[in-house]
Amino acid sequence: MSKQITVPFGPQHPVLPEPIHLDLVLEDERVVDVIPSIGYVHRGLEKLVEKREYPEYIYVAERICGICSYIHSNTYAECVEQIMKIEVPERAQYLRTIWSEYSRLHSHLLWLGLFADGMGFESVFMNAWKLREHILDDMEATTGGRVIQGVCKVGGVRRDITPEKLDEMVKGLKALEPAFRDLTDVFLKDASVSHRLRGVGILQQGDAYTMGAVGPTARASGVAIDLRQTGYNAYDRINFKPVVEHDGDCYARCAVRAKELFTSVDIIEQCVKKMTEGPVDVKVTGAPDGEYFARAEQPRGEVVHYIKGNGKRNLVRHRVRTPTFTNIPPLVTLLKGCELADVPMIVLSIDPCVGCAER
Amino acid sequence: MAYFEMAKTVLKSLFSRPATLMYPAKPAKKSPLTRGHVTISPDGCITCRSCQRKCPTQAICVEVKEKTWQIDRLRCIVCNCCVEVCPTKCLLMDTQYTAAMTAREGIYKVTVAGPKKKEPAPAAEKKE
Repeated sequence: MSKQITVPFGPQHPVLPEPIHLDLVLEDERVVDVIPSIGYVHRGLEKLVEKREYPEYIYVAERICGICSYIHSNTYAECVEQIMKIEVPERAQYLRTIWSEYSRLHSHLLWLGLFADGMGFESVFMNAWKLREHILDDMEATTGGRVIQGVCKVGGVRRDITPEKLDEMVKGLKALEPAFRDLTDVFLKDASVSHRLRGVGILQQGDAYTMGAVGPTARASGVAIDLRQTGYNAYDRINFKPVVEHDGDCYARCAVRAKELFTSVDIIEQCVKKMTEGPVDVKVTGAPDGEYFARAEQPRGEVVHYIKGNGKRNLVRHRVRTPTFTNIPPLVTLLKGCELADVPMIVLSIDPCVGCAER
Repeated sequence: MAYFEMAKTVLKSLFSRPATLMYPAKPAKKSPLTRGHVTISPDGCITCRSCQRKCPTQAICVEVKEKTWQIDRLRCIVCNCCVEVCPTKCLLMDTQYTAAMTAREGIYKVTVAGPKKKEPAPAAEKKE
């Protein structure tokens, strides 16, 4: 038996901008054990809920993550609304769905770019981010923020989108679709890319389920869990199918995200078609008294927000379980037995977002 | 993939404009809704402190006695709360981002008009 050595990976690493630390125990070039540790960017945002009033805290909740920011604020608002039994107007629900899908588009494009960069495909990285810029432009024009939209509030949304702008957005997305197709073809059909990704880091379906994998990581292993099917926001009125792959390797995880781009475009299009005129918010008075769990599908998987209020303006407890946090145990399983050179690709393939895992 | 795909891409890239903007030389793209930074027109402020109370990051500090309004730009998360809550609409959202700054430069303090007392019709005055 050869000698075991421990190689530290992160929190600073050229391919991984996220501050996660992994101690890789190696035998020759093969990883035999992985000890993950987080805690480099903890900000104590959950504790802050005691100091801020619940309508203002939504801006803090949105800043839990810098990429999937919108969906955090949406889920937090849903929690408060469920406790206070507030009926969100239909138009606001559709608008929330549209912005959720926009944030999924921009997150997936960002990830596809980073993934390409991780395997040394820098021109694709540039191309993906060029496409993402169009998405960000639309978000800025409709909400006022590029990645931190700040548009969701308890009881509805803060801004409406005019029908002309909605049509323009759908036309813009339709025009982008061939470009998305070109981009995803690189990941799905290119021989060198599939040589790098196929068979690397296989997560079996059973493992994915028992380890609690969520989002594209689970769907790539054949576990068809998509929280959007539970029908929060306006998703219950939208016709869509979750993207499921069965190989469970890096290629499958990449394919799930690549194909979800088109699902998102389709959902936005359906929303715009089905939207009706009406108010976008209701007046909220009083304070939440009770507790609620809300779940939503983020670009990275299922996010759970739990809040507890005691009838005062400041909440008692806010707890977030982010998708990256639940994807760490599957990641450890994935890494055991792989080659050291494959570690960056496998870590990237779960789309880690440590900023939100630590809050 | 079709033949000459790469040649097409190269030619397109050679003869098209760059996808990036030459940023400080050309101003960045901004929409009318963009949240850049908060500004104040000091004449309108009545030091009611609504903005201070609504601020999620406690970046705004209003001194009623000294009639000053102060914002810490490095604490401010540009959420637009203060602008929406201001009763006299004297807080405005500028679409341009502020330049990089040090902690001391981030604090912006102005002397404001303060509450209007002696006018006979304060409601009409406020709307300006």
